[in-house]
This record gives sequence, C-alpha cells and structure tokens, in this order.
Amino acid sequence: MPFLSWFIPSFRGGAGALVRAAVFFLAIAVLTGAATAEPAEAPADAKAPTETATEAPMAPDAAAPSADESAAPAAEEGTTPAADEAAAPAQPKMKNMRVVYLGKKYPEPLPLSYAEKEITDKGIQGARLMLKEANQAGNFVGHSFELIEEIVPEDGDIVAKAKEHLANGERFFIADLEPDDLLAVADLPEAKDALIMNIRSSATKLRQEECRSNVFHIIPDYAMRADALAQYLIWKKWPKWFVIRRDTPEDQDYLAQVKRSATRFGGKVVDDKLYDLPPGARNLDSGYQQVQSQIPMETESAPDHDVVWVINSDDDFGDYLMYRTYLPRPVVGTQGLKAIAWDKSYTESGGMHFQNAIPRLANRTPVERDYTAWLGFRSLADAAMKSGKVSPKGVKKYLLSDEFKVEGFKGQAMSFRTWDHQMRQPIILGGGTRVPVSTSPQEGFLHPTNLTDTLGFDKPESKCKFK
Amino acid sequence: MTRISLATACATALLLSAAPVSAATIFVSNEKDNTVTVIDSDTLETIDTIETARRPRGIVLDPSFKELFVAAGDGDIIDVIDTNTLKVTRTLDSGPDPELMAIDPTGKIIYIANEDDSLVTIMDIESGDVIAEVPVGVEPEGMTVSPDNKYTVATSESTSMAHVIDNATNTLIANVLVDSRPREAKFTADGKELWVSSEVGGTVAVIDPKTWKITKKISFEVPGVRPEQLQPVGMDFARDGKIVFVPLGPSNRVAVIDADTKEVMEYILVGQRPWHGELGPDGKKYYVANGLTNDMTVIDVDTLKPEKSVPVGRLPWGVAIMPGKPGAAGDKGKRLSACPDAAANEMRRRFRRQHRA
Repeated sequence: MPFLSWFIPSFRGGAGALVRAAVFFLAIAVLTGAATAEPAEAPADAKAPTETATEAPMAPDAAAPSADESAAPAAEEGTTPAADEAAAPAQPKMKNMRVVYLGKKYPEPLPLSYAEKEITDKGIQGARLMLKEANQAGNFVGHSFELIEEIVPEDGDIVAKAKEHLANGERFFIADLEPDDLLAVADLPEAKDALIMNIRSSATKLRQEECRSNVFHIIPDYAMRADALAQYLIWKKWPKWFVIRRDTPEDQDYLAQVKRSATRFGGKVVDDKLYDLPPGARNLDSGYQQVQSQIPMETESAPDHDVVWVINSDDDFGDYLMYRTYLPRPVVGTQGLKAIAWDKSYTESGGMHFQNAIPRLANRTPVERDYTAWLGFRSLADAAMKSGKVSPKGVKKYLLSDEFKVEGFKGQAMSFRTWDHQMRQPIILGGGTRVPVSTSPQEGFLHPTNLTDTLGFDKPESKCKFK
Repeated sequence: MTRISLATACATALLLSAAPVSAATIFVSNEKDNTVTVIDSDTLETIDTIETARRPRGIVLDPSFKELFVAAGDGDIIDVIDTNTLKVTRTLDSGPDPELMAIDPTGKIIYIANEDDSLVTIMDIESGDVIAEVPVGVEPEGMTVSPDNKYTVATSESTSMAHVIDNATNTLIANVLVDSRPREAKFTADGKELWVSSEVGGTVAVIDPKTWKITKKISFEVPGVRPEQLQPVGMDFARDGKIVFVPLGPSNRVAVIDADTKEVMEYILVGQRPWHGELGPDGKKYYVANGLTNDMTVIDVDTLKPEKSVPVGRLPWGVAIMPGKPGAAGDKGKRLSACPDAAANEMRRRFRRQHRA
C-alpha cells in the first residue's frame, strides 16, 4: 500500500505503541473521511450560504463559485473507460483530472564528468512527485489526479501515441519533447482543445513564430536565460563577453539571444569563436594535462573581455574552460554560471521541500526538468482545484486569467504571459557553485507591469500570433 | 576585563529591574545566527543572546510566560528556554523541520507544523509525548488555536489550504483553499473570524468558522511598489482587536488593517523584509523583525509611526514578548540569581564563538 505510506511517515519514539496505533487509525480515518465525505460536486450551489457547514466542510471554498460550464467536465468524465492506475480508490464524486506525460528517449549528452551518473528519468520524477502532492491536496477538496506515463523509445512514434490518448479523451499533457515532436503533437486536429505543457525545450521559435495556442511553456527559453545572465553581468559591470561555442541548432538559438541581450542591456559580444576540437571520450586518465594546455591556446586570441560566455548545449567541453582560460575570467552560459529554473544548490522560499522530496522518490538530486514537470503538472492541478473545473476549456481560461498565481519556490507568484504562453518566473543564477549566486531579474531593471517580463520576449517584441 | 564588564552588566541589570513597571522582555529568533536575542523593552538594549539549535524561526511563549519555545528547523528540535534563567533547559523532539507552533490556552498541548513531513504533531508539553500526528497538505507552516480551544488551524504552504483540526478528536474537519503560499493563521479574540495570510497570493482571507468559508479577501496596494512585493506574512491584532498589523515582506512595509471594515488604513515603512512581529503586553507598541536589515522596528500603536530601529542578530524571523524581566517572573530571590546565569550564558557564547573561529 504505497498510497497509505505517504500519509503515515515515520513515527518517533516516546509515543508508545498505543499512540502509534491510534495515529495509524486516525490517518486512515482522515483518508477515508476525505475520500467519502461528499465533497465538491456542487460548485454551482456553492453560492448558497451553506448553513449546514458541519456536513460539508470539504467543499471547495469561496474561490470556486464562478459558476459556469460545470456540467461540461462532468459529462467528459464519463467518456473514457476506466483505465485507472491505482491513483485512488474509485471515487464517483471526486472531480478527476488525468494528465498524460508524453516523452521520448532522445539520446542525451553524457555528463562531461565520468564520475557523474547519467540520469535517465529526468522530468518524469517531478511529475510523479506532483501526482502525489496533487492528490494529497485534492483529497481535501474533492479533486483527484491521475498520471499516465507514455515515454516512447528513441525510434517510437510519439504522434501515434498522442493520437491514441487523444482518442481516449485525454486533453492534459506534459510534453517532454523536442520542438519537432512537440509541434507535430500540438498540430493534430484532435489536439486543438488540449493543453500541452512544454517542460523540455528552450527553443525560442516555440514562443515566437512557431507558437501554438494549445502549448504552454514552463521551461524558460534561451531569451530568458540570456537576459537573466546579461542583467547580472551588467549589474556587475562586466559588459564585454567573449562567446565560445559549438554550432548545434540549440547553440545557434542561444547565441542569437545572447546578442539580443547585449543590445537590450548594453553588453557587447566582443568575439564569437567556434570551438572545434572534437568531443572524444570523457575525462580520461591524465587527460587533463592535454586540456590544460589546449584551453589557454583556444582562448588566447580573444579581444579584451570581462567574461567567457560558453554556449555548449551538448555539454562536451564547456566545463574545461573554467580556471584554464588564457586570461583569468569567469565562465557563464551553458556551463559555469548558468541561468536555470532549478539548481541543486537552490534552497530559498521553501525550495528545500523540492530538494528533499525528489531524492526520496528518485534516489538522486533534482534537475531542472524535474522541476518544470512538477510545475507544469502543478499549474494544471492548481487551476483545476482553484477554478473547480476539470474541462480543458475551464482550465485554460483559468491559466490565462489574473487569478492564476502559481507558487513554485521562487518567492513570488508565477503566471503565464498571455501573448506567448511562456511562464513568467524568476531565474536562478547558479550551477557551478555550491550555493546559488543570484536570482534574476536584477535590481534596477524596470518594467511597467511585471519585473519578470524584463526576461525574454515582452509583449511588444512578440512575434507570436495564435491562430 | 571580562569579569569587570560582566559585573557592570550585572549591576546595570539590577538597577534597571528596579525602575519602570511597564517593563517587558522581547525575544527575537535569528534564523541565520542560531540565536535568540533578548531585549529589554524599556532601554531597547540587548540583555542577552541565547544560543539555540540550527535555524531558529517560530518562537512562542507558554500562557504563563515561564517557557519560551523556539522551533529550530535545521536542528529538527524545539528548544525550550526558561524565561527566568534564559537558558535552554530542555528540548522537544518535534520531528523534522519544525517551523511554527501554537500552544493551546491551557498551556498543556503544543501543536507543531512539520514542514518537511506534511504533518501536524500534537504534543504534550510536559512529557514531550506525541499525542497524535495529523496529516495535512504539503509544507505546513502557520499554526493557531482558537480562543475557545475547540479548533487548531494549520496552513499548508504548497497545498494552499487552511486545515482545521477538531481539538476534541484531533481529526481534520475542514480544508479551506486560499491563495498561494498561506503563511499564518489567526483567530479574532472573539473567535468569530479566522484570518489567513497568503504570501505569494498577496492576500489575507477572512474565514467564517461557522461555515469555514471565505467571507472576504483583503489585498494590498502601494503606489510605486510592485504587487508581487506586497506579500503578507505575519498578522497581529492590536487596539483590542480593532486593527491588524500585517508585515508585508519584500515591500518593506507593515500594513495596518481596520479589523471591522477590512480596509487597509495605513502602510508603515520599516526595515527590509519584515515577516513577523508581536505586540507589547500593554498594547502600546508593536515590534516587527526585519529579516534583511538585521533589526527590529518599534511602531507606536496609537500614532502608527515607526519610532526606532533596534539591531538584533542576522536574519531575524519571529518575535515573542513577555511582561516583566528575566528573573522577575518568580519571587524576588530569583531575580538575583538571574544575573550570573545571564552572564554565564554570555560567556559561554563568547567562548563558543572564539573556538569556532
């Protein structure tokens, strides 16, 4: 019964067996109580002052009564066969939301360090954590959640799988997909009214020319990352950046955004150098000796600069730069000081909760994609519970409303930009250090409505046109 | 040198304790320093600094003011400080990551939010035995007991709910969804309203305990201050419950709300990132801890003006206040013994500092 065990964590000594037993039964009572206590169901009549309060304390609170199509979700619930996967014992009166995690086993770059283990379950662990937490919360207010895990092999047909789920009536998706696959799924006619949370791709085109009205971006794009770092470098008065990079499509995208940030904030890309030594094997015995003499040579010819901005999405040389450059300069970018949505060093604003919860589940420290998957699921779950709706239409409306303020350990509410569906969020600057260096936006970078909109494409610059 | 200065401090303390009658003692938990600063309300001078376990945050006094409870989140225990001797006399095994606590009006039971375990631990204060553990939402934080001792309310930061526990059965009877990241919950003195602050949501919800429904949501607005910085955290009723002080975190302000009309009357500029405060025993001053400026602002309750800023430890978090002075709680004989104790405490602290460095 793993389900129960979440609710009954460790008992400490001193209490005695009696207390233990009592607590155990109490926990069960709470569980079954919450499960059966006739909750939710009637958000429509929530307006009527429920005098018989003791009878229905579990009903969603005053936030709910925005009575509209409450019939729609109820009808939709019936459409799918009972493909339930042990999320919770059947609760006819619970409002249920099923979320499909769509992923593909793309070949991922190996960590440059030979000692670092390859992580093969990035993202899904965050979604699993949220499933647990969403049900923990949902139980109290008459909502239940299910997670359907669909991760296809590298050569698998993700579009066919997506079609299957759509045919089953699924409309809520967490997409752990690269841009082409993401767009292929999003453009399916039957996915028109679906909600797809992009937790993986930072490609700017997905927020710009190739934006889709059924796609929401939890993960920051390259423009936000470049801006987050640029603001800090400008604040530090380090405006001259020496870019050294590979030339993958991701790298080219990131480079364009670094140049854009330079223009926006008054920085300058003094040189753009392609690093063309082949990646080869990872760290080898005494291999550092070669690296030690190579890197100074590679960085020697650059004009005067304040920092080295490395762009190396494949993670096959960036870390070699640190402490080895010709001039003693800090390294920022995809290695060194990174702009990221989550980092293993981040502990603020309740962040320790996430840092502790993922290892319990996954036996490893959390990575950025665990966080974006967690937050994507959380956005859907929060919207369902707060709006009382589980229809795609109702949830989408709430996600894009001013009411939607999701909490994700960043010390301020996060929401979606209506013009491109990018989640506005503070960005952590850290990665190469045991404690985070800073969080952007930086002090002094102003915006008329939202400081976080100084990161990435603001409304006037947006090229996104939803059809 | 040390001996002389301690003797002087001792003499000063004795002299002062003979002086004003309105004297109170202010305790401030310093999250970063692992200490509690003890301040004399008359002189606003630090009279002692008590070492605690790591990361002290929640800080409450028992109803008789004999013991001070300090939740040490990173130490996974609650330090119990004797307010007479200013020494940690015992610890409570609170379970992991305790943050805020509430003590029932009888002073017998303590309710502890275990942030990392999604539990409310209900404990017998005297024996330290766990009476029950109630599973609540993710990241429980705020705790409060209703004045009639019927209910205990816990807020869960991540789940965004106020969970109501029936104190007779120690079971949940209601769960109220509020705005994001609820921090503190407080009942009005007559028990007719429950107030819950939502830090990230930027609102205070007023809940009717008859129905456990939200009857009013209060939001904040300051020209020139970004809405996301107006983050209500603590809440303290003053002027016999007619007004409520609400420290607003990163906006560096304390809001004052008319408890009757639920309108914001005033925003008082204080130090940086105020989270929690406390009213003096005579109700004339409000003391608020400013996390980022390492100080405490004294606000006059009548004029609603900040009067003074008092330096405390690093990252001050919460404030608790007792009437009288350490050593004055019991009979007069005890007062004399208080001084060497405080002095010893100070010496021990210095010793540890030196040997750590």
